[in-house]
Amino acid sequence: MKKKKWTPFDIILTFFMLIVVVVTLYPFLNILAISFNDAVDTARGGIHIWPREFTLANYQEIFGSNDRLLQAFTMSVLRTVVGTVAGIIASTMLAYVLSRRDFVFNGLVGFLLVLTMFISGGLIPEYLLIRKLGLINEFGVYIWPMLLSAFNVIIIRSFMDNLPPALEESAKMDGANDFVIFLRIIIPLCLPVIATIALFLAVMQWNSWFDTYLYARGNEALTTLQFELMKIIDNANISSGDINNQNAQVIAGQTSPQSIKMAITIIATVPILAVYPFLQKYFVTGLTIGAVKS
Amino acid sequence: MGQVDSVQDTQQNLPESNSPLKTQVKPGLFSKNKKKAPKPPVHGGFWKRLSKQKALLCMSIPFVAWLIIFKYIPVAGWMMAFQDYKPQFGLFDQEWVGLKHFKDLFNEPMFYRALENTLGMGILGLVFGTLSAIAFALFLNELRFVALKKWTQTISYLPHFVSWVIVANIVITMLSTDGFINNFLEGVGLIDNPINFMAEPGLFWGIVTATDVWKETGWNAIIYLAAMAGVDPQLYEAAKVDGASRLRQMWHITLPSIRSVIIVLLILNIGNLINIGFEKQMLLGNNIVYEKSIVIDLYALDYGIGMFRYSFGTAIGIFKSVVSVILILICNGIAKRIGEGRVF
Repeated sequence: MKKKKWTPFDIILTFFMLIVVVVTLYPFLNILAISFNDAVDTARGGIHIWPREFTLANYQEIFGSNDRLLQAFTMSVLRTVVGTVAGIIASTMLAYVLSRRDFVFNGLVGFLLVLTMFISGGLIPEYLLIRKLGLINEFGVYIWPMLLSAFNVIIIRSFMDNLPPALEESAKMDGANDFVIFLRIIIPLCLPVIATIALFLAVMQWNSWFDTYLYARGNEALTTLQFELMKIIDNANISSGDINNQNAQVIAGQTSPQSIKMAITIIATVPILAVYPFLQKYFVTGLTIGAVKS
Repeated sequence: MGQVDSVQDTQQNLPESNSPLKTQVKPGLFSKNKKKAPKPPVHGGFWKRLSKQKALLCMSIPFVAWLIIFKYIPVAGWMMAFQDYKPQFGLFDQEWVGLKHFKDLFNEPMFYRALENTLGMGILGLVFGTLSAIAFALFLNELRFVALKKWTQTISYLPHFVSWVIVANIVITMLSTDGFINNFLEGVGLIDNPINFMAEPGLFWGIVTATDVWKETGWNAIIYLAAMAGVDPQLYEAAKVDGASRLRQMWHITLPSIRSVIIVLLILNIGNLINIGFEKQMLLGNNIVYEKSIVIDLYALDYGIGMFRYSFGTAIGIFKSVVSVILILICNGIAKRIGEGRVF
């Protein structure tokens, strides 16, 4: 590539991209700054990307003195870990069965799986099913309904399709059964795709709030960070329905000061930021592999 | 011409190969891979094979059971829409009422409001979502400053990974009367008094669309960028020889080259026009803007679960499914007619 001259076009493009970066990042930085700022001082406004009166009090409030928020944080972590592990076990097993073309029920299982991508019962039948299964206000409601997604299974299966079949055959010669092959040979080879799917599952579990809202509202122990945040928004929304908005803000402010709210937001965001570099690496390679394949 | 054809071929394959990114794009479990991996030779009869595959059978049974319970039983629940469902009885012991709930549905003014909001926000989201993603991909593709290109792209899909709860929280903070947007507008002298954005029904669609663009543009652009990476560099060389400017190259080479990708994604998204979900509307909405924020799923939630009208709520779900199937068939038909990439 020759070194090319910078035209006005390039300068405008660069400037435009910088604006995109600022517009994307500013809200996050602003929230970060407010979360580290003294709560009383924040009410004066005018905090941008740097805290004016630095304090850790907001985080201490969440992790030290507020039992419910601490519990919500623990529950968020717990459901993310359990949900991800369970989801990975289920999807890799099913994917392996589907990657075995010689399996007598391969066509049937594949059909049952793929069809779920096109049809769904909808909100009400699913709600009634969960209720019938006795999962309301149970931890299981975070795990069971989301155990499998046809989409993830198919991604893992197409990765397995690309593994050399000779490995499996030689293991079979040595007398290994299908389950042993799966555990000893297939799983170790599939680690890259498993990591990708695990990250997607973890993000999904961590970000979920609607299942808590719909199915687990009655059990305080099952509250999650996202749900606590959602409740704060909901309260603020209800009070902004008042005629006197100033008054509403005072009410909202009493239930949860702006700074605490922002600290919760940051705590609910940071795990995503922590996995982000890994996620990024994997889905970019995922893209390239996909492109090469086709 | 041979080169042009091959470029288009790779592009037609792109949505499939990029499928991890877009849940709507499904890799063909049956069509595509069976060609590649023919069934291995079969040894022995059905029972003999089955007895050798006990491990596989054991590994699949729990998940088939899961699929039937969690995916197929709810579909069977569609029967409720044609019954007067009472929770104390089983699904087969209900009173059948035919299309009563559908008639009720079409007689409710609130349903039309929800439909209007769903389609309104859906179309706005589709138009601006697609345009912003294509524009962003085009500009990023042209950017010379490689480090900035990488950073911009990485940063641009950050909002995709945070939940709508967090995004709603951010948006409400930014748009509050003492939030950044009001401060900014006052600062540059555009307004004298702060606007209470979240309490203006007329602005609600716009706020939802803008938020959607902010959250998803970077992510949606990935697929277009991948398609652009597949464009034959010789086409650009040829255009340069002919004296085409960068803008003209974007317009006459890059855009036409990714046309089939754009059309496939549009078809898929139009099929989902009615399935825009409810998260943003539920989290960003409030009592004042209710008339503009209620969407079909929220309507089903409020009336179906909130008021225990289960049959009625199920009828809403069926209506949605039927509309989305019709939409996707129409779009697919149009795409077929004009000879462009299509989904099936």
